[in-house]
Amino acid sequence: MAVNNNAKKISVVPFGPQHPVLPEPIHLDLVLKDEKVVYALPSIGFVHRGLEKLVEKRDYEQFVLIAERTCGICSFGHGMGYVEAIEKIMNLDIPPRAKFLRTMWAELARMHNHLMWLGLQADAFGFESLFMECWRLREKVLDMLELTTGGRVIFSVNKVGGLRKDVTPEMLEQILKTLDGLEKECRVVTDTFLGDPDVLSRMKGVGVLTPGRAEELGCCGPFLRASGVKRDCRQLGYEAYGELKFEPIVSYDGDCYARCLVRIEELYQSMDLVRQCIAKMPGGDIAVKVTGNPNGEYMVRIEQPRGEALYYVKANGTRYLTRYRNRTPTYANIPGLIETIKGAELADVAMMILTIDPCISCTER
Amino acid sequence: MAFLPYVGRTLKNLFSKPATESFPAGERIYPDRYRGHIENDIDKCILCGSCQRNCPSSAIKVNKADFSWEIHPFSCVQCSKCVEVCPVKCLSMVNSFTEPGAEKTSIVNRFSQERIEKEKEKQRLMAEKIAAAKKAAAEKAAAAKAPAQTPAGT
Ligand code: SF4
Ligand code: SF4
Repeated sequence: MAVNNNAKKISVVPFGPQHPVLPEPIHLDLVLKDEKVVYALPSIGFVHRGLEKLVEKRDYEQFVLIAERTCGICSFGHGMGYVEAIEKIMNLDIPPRAKFLRTMWAELARMHNHLMWLGLQADAFGFESLFMECWRLREKVLDMLELTTGGRVIFSVNKVGGLRKDVTPEMLEQILKTLDGLEKECRVVTDTFLGDPDVLSRMKGVGVLTPGRAEELGCCGPFLRASGVKRDCRQLGYEAYGELKFEPIVSYDGDCYARCLVRIEELYQSMDLVRQCIAKMPGGDIAVKVTGNPNGEYMVRIEQPRGEALYYVKANGTRYLTRYRNRTPTYANIPGLIETIKGAELADVAMMILTIDPCISCTER
Repeated sequence: MAFLPYVGRTLKNLFSKPATESFPAGERIYPDRYRGHIENDIDKCILCGSCQRNCPSSAIKVNKADFSWEIHPFSCVQCSKCVEVCPVKCLSMVNSFTEPGAEKTSIVNRFSQERIEKEKEKQRLMAEKIAAAKKAAAEKAAAAKAPAQTPAGT
């Protein structure tokens, strides 16, 4: 039977959960009119692991190690958000050295996340050698992390009451030395992102999100800041951020290029914050003694590399918690993503999904 | 012209040695803190079971009756928690990778025959002592009961 294609111009293209450019299993039903997306319907739930429920089966100290395994990239932040909530419930005063070290590691984690993202972005628009270059640089950050914590992406250094490992002055020196070399090498790569005509032709003016809509849809992180909203949870001053000098990085265009720009600036900002941390690093203990069990509830907000994450803990006075809730940045950014995809060309969709830096395994926990 | 430095960088890559290590031809140098896999010095282990209780991924099984300590290396997530809680510090995080295997089997460390004999002897002596103590306690209780009953009976 002949189909009259002219009468039926709308088609639905399934996108994901397995897609060459997407490292993560998100599924979108794209409603297309010719090559233009008119509507997108997301569905998630492919990698749900029930980590929040596991809190009832593992005691609150063991759960630090599970909380940080929520994600392979923002692992440090997840562990930190969780222990901070428990520490607030138990009224523990963490030694300043632990606070500075946590901040330093959080910033190193941000650096490796952003370099990874830049690589993936280059891969999404087909610039293979730039992708390799970004990941080669990221390896240097991972080496610093491996040297100080023993793990490349899962650090396992947090515990309730402080840290499990201290760093030596030699390690700090090594970090500073690596940072200097890294910064120079990063400049070459990031200048290519910001100035190469091929790259610009793919990103400028693509997927614009206005500040008003970005805020209405509850976006967060670099995605929100690229739309001109100056909001960065690190300004709340948790851990050692209160004692460091920095300004949230914003860009006003709201397109893919702006998101790239914000992440690149944040990469250098993180290097600066690591240097500030090391310069101000206080001495002393890295942990306080913890006695008893937590009883009460608390909610913590922290700025992960991908945006604002939320940790809610409810304890009942035993070793096992009643509830742990984690709202991750990608979850908040999906509505914004759907908004930007509407009206886009099909070929740009993959790249737009990447510009929110999706992490579906954290989103589904 | 922003791409020119990048072209230079790419050309440099073409003529420099690879950024990756040539493994296994070259040696992998692990940092000291590298979390590779867990090893147990079974001669020092007292089978207290603390590691088993604290392991977040339930990778360790301590079997007191069999005098054995068992780890499932493919369940272990290299968190070092067990190393921290071990009271006699017989566990260590060794900085080389977990041995791969065709099957996901556990590694069982058992006490040496000599030590098993010793432990059994210790257990026997302990059991005797407990039995003796119990007997003594029962006799004492009976003795305490008897005079208490006597005045009540008269
Ligand atoms: S905690 Fe140490 S001593 Fe106790 S069973 Fe485990 S390995 Fe043996
Ligand atoms: S390192 Fe962690 S996961 Fe592995 S056996 Fe020890 S406690 Fe369990």
